[in-house]
Amino acid sequence: MDASESRLDGNAVGGVLAEIFATEMTASMGTCAGCGATEPVGALHAYVRAPGVVVRCPHCSSVMIRIVRDEKDRVWLDIRGVSCLEIRRAED
Amino acid sequence: MRTIVFDAPGWPGHRAGQHLDVRLTAEDGYQAERSYSIASAPEDDRLGLTVERLDDGEVSPYLVDEVVVGDTLEIRGPIGGYFVWVPADGGPLLLVAGGSGIVPLAAIVRHRVAAGSSVPTRLLYSSRTLEDVIYRNELERVNGAAENGVEVVLALTRETPDGWTGYAKRIGRDVLTAEAWPAAERPLAYVCGPTSFVEAVAGELVGLGYDPARVKTERFGPTGG
Repeated sequence: MDASESRLDGNAVGGVLAEIFATEMTASMGTCAGCGATEPVGALHAYVRAPGVVVRCPHCSSVMIRIVRDEKDRVWLDIRGVSCLEIRRAED
Repeated sequence: MRTIVFDAPGWPGHRAGQHLDVRLTAEDGYQAERSYSIASAPEDDRLGLTVERLDDGEVSPYLVDEVVVGDTLEIRGPIGGYFVWVPADGGPLLLVAGGSGIVPLAAIVRHRVAAGSSVPTRLLYSSRTLEDVIYRNELERVNGAAENGVEVVLALTRETPDGWTGYAKRIGRDVLTAEAWPAAERPLAYVCGPTSFVEAVAGELVGLGYDPARVKTERFGPTGG
């Protein structure tokens, strides 16, 4: 399969991110540690057809987020590629 | 392709364009989870999913072939706050769908109609054949109703029926130039479909002067299952 055809939007990982952060994350703004571009998480590029999830910057392709879940209850989150994440607080 | 409609007790409500995850658990504990766009409008009494059956999928064959009335599904959602539209977001609204990418855009059209919004709305929908057009009757009805202010433009890429006067080609630059709102109107665009379709259309819209921040995309990769 052409790698580009497996590319999805950050929307596709909204479920697992909501599980980790306990809030909706796709409208949150993420800044790429590689090139400094800031985009809504939903507009980042997501690759989910792998043992884990990889989220890349749509501008410079740097890896921003990696997530691996096991079959039970553990999840590993690597966000080294995000220099800043603006998270919307839940509305009261 | 099948549309499933179900009650979801405790469902907090959703916005048009959001999706949800369906989780299936086998007797041995093995779990498979997939995301599906919500097809129903927030105003509808029940939740609706339209699922495309993928032969090698783990979840879609069950949802398309096996689920019967009375079954229970484990769902999580609503998910997503980016690829959503509420009337306050305004427009003019350009919706561009490729194949099953119509599902979340149909939810936006349904919401737009149910909420009585007057935002000018145009849906461009690319399908292989007329038979492959999902929600065809409904879209024809919406398109024909002058009070709705929703226009539907179909493009058939593989086969056209006799007497077809619509587009018989892909939605490329020429179709977008003719049918998409002029960039000067500062349109709000939602593009959903296979990855290659979404990237081609979004690229053309930006080329036509659309603000990239107002072109929202949802790629449906071959990952559904």
